[in-house]
Amino acid sequence: MTNYITVIGLEVHAELKTKTKAFCSCSTEFGSLPNTHVCPVCLGMPGALPVLNKQVVEFAIRTGLALGCDIQKFNKFDRKNYFYPDLAKNYQISQFDQPICLGGHIDIEIDGVPKRLGITRIHMEEDAGKLNHSGATISTSDFSSVDYNRAGVPLLEIVSEPDMRSAEEARAYMEQLKAILEYIDVCDCKMQEGSLRCDANISIMPEGAKEFGTRAEIKNLNSFRALVRAIEYEVERQKAILEDGGHVVQETRTWDEANGVTLSMRSKEEAHDYRYFPEPDLVPVEIDDAWIERVRGELPELPAQRLERLVEKHGLPKYDASLIVATKAMADYFDAACANSKDDKAVSNWLLGDVSAYLNAENITIEQFPVKPENLGELVTLIKDGVLSSKLAKKVFAEMLKADKTPKQLVKELGLEQVSDEGAIAAIVDEVLAENPQSVADYKAGKDKAIGFLVGQVMKKSRGKANPGMVNKLLKEKMQ
Amino acid sequence: MDLYKLTAHELHDKLVSKEISSVELTENVYSRIDEVEDKVQAYVTLDKENAMAQAAKVDAKIAAGEAIAPLAGIPGAIKDNICTKGLLTTCSSKMLSNVVPIYDAHVIKKLRADDAIFTGKTNMDEFAMGSTTESSYFHKTYNPWNLERVPGGSSGGSAAAIAAGEAIWSLGSDTGGSIRQPASFNGCVGIKPTYGRVSRYGCVAFASSLDQIGPITRDVTDAALVLNTICGKDEHDSTSLPVDVPDFTKALRADVKGLRIGLPKEYYGEGVDPKVKAEIEKAVKTYESLGAEIVDVSLPHTEYAVITYYIIAPAEASANLARYDGVRYGFRAANATSAPEMTRLSRTEGFGPEVRRRIMLGTYVLSSGYYDAYYKKAMQVRTLIRRDFNEAFEKCDMLLTPTSPVVAYPVDGKMDPLSIYMLDVTTIPVNMAGLPGISIPCGFADGMPVGMQLIGKVLDEETVLRAAYTFEQATDFHKAMAPLGGNK
Repeated sequence: MTNYITVIGLEVHAELKTKTKAFCSCSTEFGSLPNTHVCPVCLGMPGALPVLNKQVVEFAIRTGLALGCDIQKFNKFDRKNYFYPDLAKNYQISQFDQPICLGGHIDIEIDGVPKRLGITRIHMEEDAGKLNHSGATISTSDFSSVDYNRAGVPLLEIVSEPDMRSAEEARAYMEQLKAILEYIDVCDCKMQEGSLRCDANISIMPEGAKEFGTRAEIKNLNSFRALVRAIEYEVERQKAILEDGGHVVQETRTWDEANGVTLSMRSKEEAHDYRYFPEPDLVPVEIDDAWIERVRGELPELPAQRLERLVEKHGLPKYDASLIVATKAMADYFDAACANSKDDKAVSNWLLGDVSAYLNAENITIEQFPVKPENLGELVTLIKDGVLSSKLAKKVFAEMLKADKTPKQLVKELGLEQVSDEGAIAAIVDEVLAENPQSVADYKAGKDKAIGFLVGQVMKKSRGKANPGMVNKLLKEKMQ
Repeated sequence: MDLYKLTAHELHDKLVSKEISSVELTENVYSRIDEVEDKVQAYVTLDKENAMAQAAKVDAKIAAGEAIAPLAGIPGAIKDNICTKGLLTTCSSKMLSNVVPIYDAHVIKKLRADDAIFTGKTNMDEFAMGSTTESSYFHKTYNPWNLERVPGGSSGGSAAAIAAGEAIWSLGSDTGGSIRQPASFNGCVGIKPTYGRVSRYGCVAFASSLDQIGPITRDVTDAALVLNTICGKDEHDSTSLPVDVPDFTKALRADVKGLRIGLPKEYYGEGVDPKVKAEIEKAVKTYESLGAEIVDVSLPHTEYAVITYYIIAPAEASANLARYDGVRYGFRAANATSAPEMTRLSRTEGFGPEVRRRIMLGTYVLSSGYYDAYYKKAMQVRTLIRRDFNEAFEKCDMLLTPTSPVVAYPVDGKMDPLSIYMLDVTTIPVNMAGLPGISIPCGFADGMPVGMQLIGKVLDEETVLRAAYTFEQATDFHKAMAPLGGNK
């Protein structure tokens, strides 16, 4: 059987989080009532004209710099013509032959092996509105209604080189890109809400082949999971065709999430002729060095830099640090918690352990997590200082999830202060030793395990508050 | 008193001196409309109720002793492709026959701020595509000088309204001559300002890189007054120029001594009607006698202007008119069974043949494989046309040409589209280069007005206004009234 190499390139659309739309002053807010953020410009009323929102250019420059691109100084817009009911003007204002960013890359690492994936170009454009069909699809619906709130929201289209060779690499590329866009604060990156969208160009070729195979473009990939599943499905589909002696057709396909398959949308012959030409309603934008350098100077810490900091300054293992920095909000939470903690590694353990488990169970993000970072930091510090045992800390943590109280408050309310008073603990130890002569005898006979039972008895009598280390020490001393 | 025959500046003086009231004036214009509109058919929509209310407001201001703007209380007509909030704006198309804009064009805002009065919306070639006003979905407009002839176009309604006394001033739009040619056919003054002088916001786009709004008036002074009101940078139009607007009335000095007037030889060629040419030559003599220096110049790429225009303008139009799909507003075809069919049928039924022809032309020249041969090449030729003018302006301060090679021709003349397209050869290059151009009356041929075109350097409306004013002071052509003769 032939071995095939998979070749993947991604086209990512990122909605920019400007306050207003790309070419008018309507709000970009998501989730409002339909057609409440509209005006003559974004509704394509007769006579209305676009005016460029400079913030779009600013965000595009920032993104380009964060991804290592060359920022092009001369920028013009073009009209991309096609008819669709959600496209108010029936053309999209976009950039065609002269995108704002050229070149660039994203570095990924899989199983410790680093790889650099190229970025071809990034261009600015406007989003279309949203169709709500009365049926499942436009062709099976009695009617469709259009919401133009999204029409004119600025987008960056980020086009990769065909550098990815597996679904895993594609996923790593998307995760890294998402992290960078979040860090530089240009995009919400909510794939479910559509603020980050991805199309994948996928082809396969026999091992050793010099030319790429015919590609299919897969649309409607609304999650990392969909991206991975669609690639895996598509690769198998194309393999089956080639194994059968057939040819892969160049076409656009859509990912059917429910059935886990890709379906043909249109062939190359049916592809649109977009009839691009320069947008005469907008004047070219010249970006000077001063602008580029100012944006470069204002670039925030990027995920790679943050990872390094977490390893170098906070002493986290690289793998743990990579999990923390993957989401900017998580990394910000980590920093905020550490500011109030004496044990950064413990903060990381909490975040990757109990906190992540809670987020998963509740299906929420770290932004919605009820415990303030400074309180988690305080909790960790209480453990470090020996005020709380790990076991009791979990109890306190459970309470912190229920009410916005500091760990110190809760420790007091629940009467959970760890007893580290040697005299008080010694008294309990004496009691336990007196009550359990058999265990004492076992220990003295060399059965080390017996001490575990005795510690447990002391902890029980102290209702968990005795400092376990001290209990251990005293027991050993007294049984010598 | 026939107030409708007067100019805006004459009427302003009478309003200020309280000799007349705006209500009286506006009534007078509407009674003239009642009298002649059946014959001329300059309007698509009239708005007497609001006009009268506005007139009363201006009268109250005058009574209260408030200062009023030069156009305050004076009725003007607006071409039906300029958006007026609350008032139908149809572009004389079935497609927009039910469209009431939710906003005012920038020029309308400025005119309202000056308390100007709007009589109504004037007829035009559908979407400004044409030069006869015959392609209007609603009806034709007839030339008040001879009702058997066309008023020109596409701003035919705006020009005919002035010639017939159905408005004191009007606004037109000019993409390839649509202000200047009808102004010349109707014996009016019409100016297309420098591209970017006037905001296009709210002017329904035909060809974005060529369209420009401008006035059609009875004399040069009125043209300057309207320009004063409508010019200036607008934040809503990226292509409007961030330059100061001079007081154009200050340019109105009867003095052309030493002014170098260029005669581009390509504009005096075979296609020009000898009778028109004779009138233009007389005008040249007049300028010479007034002390101007006449210079022969050449604009060698003139012959490519029309074909280049018929690539660029339809290309832009094909995209500009794509938004008319029956989804959000305007005409929607009945009985469509799918969304794509709804759009296709609405466009097929909603657009007239000339608009469809140009959309197809534009779609073709932009399509894959043809772009370089047509659109890209046309843009390069456009650069050459601009360069021609720049070179000519090294030898002269202004150019003088016939506005149109012919006078107004008969209605239903059965001319083929291409022959009509070619008649725009004298006006189109001015749009291609973005220059200011004015047409003023300079004589008659076969009883029809002849217009001469003065073309200025970029942003130099003042020189053409001064030259036009000087000629006007030395002649009486602008005082002639259209007889409303002939049987349509």
